[in-house]
Amino acid sequence: MGNRAKTFWIYGVLLAVLLVLPMMLPRFYTYILALIFVTSLLAMSLNIVVGHGGLFQFHHAAFYGVGAYTFVLTLTKAGLPMWICFILAPLAAAVAGFLIGWFCVRLSSLYFGMLQISLGSLLWAIVFRWYDMTGGDDGIHGIQMPEFISSTSSAYYFILLFFVLSFVIMYLMHQSPFGQILRATRDNPARCSAVGINVRRHQLTAIVIATFFAGEAGVLFVVLERSVFPDLLFWVLSLEIFIMCLLGGWFTFAGPVVGAAIIVSLRTFVGAYTEYWTMIIGILLILLIFFLPEGVMGFLVERFKGKPNKAPTEQTERAHASS
Amino acid sequence: MPEIDLATLGSQFLVGLSRAMILFTVSAGMSFVLGVLRVPNVAHGSLYMIGAFSAFSITKLVPGPVGFWMALILSPFVVAFVSFVAERALFCHLYQREHLMLLLFTFALSLILGDLVKIVWGAEYKSIMAPPLFDGTVRILGASIPKYNFFLLLLGPVVAVCLWLFTNKTKVGKIARAAAVDREMVGAVGINVSWVFAFAFVLGCFLAGLGGALVAPTVSIVLGMDHDLIIEAFLIVTIGGLGNMWGAMVGSLIFGLTQSFGVLFMPQFAIVFPYTAVVIVLLLRPKGILKSVW
Repeated sequence: MGNRAKTFWIYGVLLAVLLVLPMMLPRFYTYILALIFVTSLLAMSLNIVVGHGGLFQFHHAAFYGVGAYTFVLTLTKAGLPMWICFILAPLAAAVAGFLIGWFCVRLSSLYFGMLQISLGSLLWAIVFRWYDMTGGDDGIHGIQMPEFISSTSSAYYFILLFFVLSFVIMYLMHQSPFGQILRATRDNPARCSAVGINVRRHQLTAIVIATFFAGEAGVLFVVLERSVFPDLLFWVLSLEIFIMCLLGGWFTFAGPVVGAAIIVSLRTFVGAYTEYWTMIIGILLILLIFFLPEGVMGFLVERFKGKPNKAPTEQTERAHASS
Repeated sequence: MPEIDLATLGSQFLVGLSRAMILFTVSAGMSFVLGVLRVPNVAHGSLYMIGAFSAFSITKLVPGPVGFWMALILSPFVVAFVSFVAERALFCHLYQREHLMLLLFTFALSLILGDLVKIVWGAEYKSIMAPPLFDGTVRILGASIPKYNFFLLLLGPVVAVCLWLFTNKTKVGKIARAAAVDREMVGAVGINVSWVFAFAFVLGCFLAGLGGALVAPTVSIVLGMDHDLIIEAFLIVTIGGLGNMWGAMVGSLIFGLTQSFGVLFMPQFAIVFPYTAVVIVLLLRPKGILKSVW
């Protein structure tokens, strides 16, 4: 009981602090915190498929963009009520995830990633060029939000609410039989299908769930920024969220949150001093690959619990065996 | 839809072909690296960009046609040197690690190289002029294209043949191909696999540099020119069959031609055509048109 209660208390205190913080912090920091939640949600949704599903989801940002654009377009062009848009957008992302995933799960590792990059880039190309609908490379700015989320702090609470909800749902899914089976298909797909698990269907379900949450992250991004632009679907962002997962720890549940927090803070605070912050991210990534391949959370878990969630050698063997 | 006659169609076809030759030069390099090391090199685009920028610097240092030819010959070597340093200093220590780490390393490299280019050359647009030799147009069967594009059309097959001779007829090339198929076996017969990898990586990057130098007179040289190209090269390599050089040729032709005809029919959505072609190819033949080396 002890361990579980401790975790519960830690999260409870953390949540209380997060609820109080905007009252004490300047608006800018509230905004950064909210941005961290949005990015964390995106990174966590990626981690469902990459860390737990073991799939090469190379173009996750495409679904983030689909969510954001659907939200904006249904809100401004179709003029639907906000709550309907809010539900439609993640669903649209999930549908896109289903369609793309349906083709992708047929292929193995690298081909999976390549097909996904091409389909995702197709989405990006359409958004980038369809000036009449999406505003092309300018994007759409100055979107009117309803009264109750129009200020930074109210947007913060709104985002926090949905972040916490999604966090809990994803955690329950992570602990559920489905989550266990998903990790099993990652570690040994051949044995899983031998005992009668439909590997592809589980992978596809994971993709749909992940893209749903990515779409929701896209919506929350719009709530915060009130603008959309095609960079949300660009492949560079996809690799950036990959880095967040790696930085936080692939095989831990909350790892991507840590990774997202580090990257967003770095970009904000280091980016303010130097225009060469992508180089700093690059160097950080190289250091990470060499010295901390399990990520920050993976390292901490190993350090304090004395057992890694997953031995790195096993992973290497799998990579070699499948190649 | 604009008025389209046969001559326009023909010259658009030739322009598409010449674009395909540049794409081929770059993606053949990527395909080679992918075949031997089994890593999609994300930094390939950045090296292409460095190729273009160093071509600019060389033409600045040595004015006139001599400078242009020197740029064409020397900038691939500049790129090869950069990649050699990166490979020997860092990348070679990672070969035992899983693929994703290797891929992320090349991404980190591309981030660093992108900013290095910004530090060295600045963020302004640059351009270089092709020598007077390439002024004017060439007429082929009623269709006319700029002379420089015609030069690219001739050069593409030369690059392909050289690469084929190199990988099939020289000992080093044969070892590299063997390492692509079975690296354990190559190691077992007493060949230093790490150096084979280094060699393959540097050769692939050399081709990226060559592509960058070749494209330099036809486009504005600018930061971010790597971003579009890298995805294009990825997709070309994938639809051609991973690691297959002729596959890279087929992929480049599909990509270059769909793009240039797309410009003719739907200028706004020209960028969509090649991606759609890729999706169709991958749905019909998920492992690429030609046989992959792995």
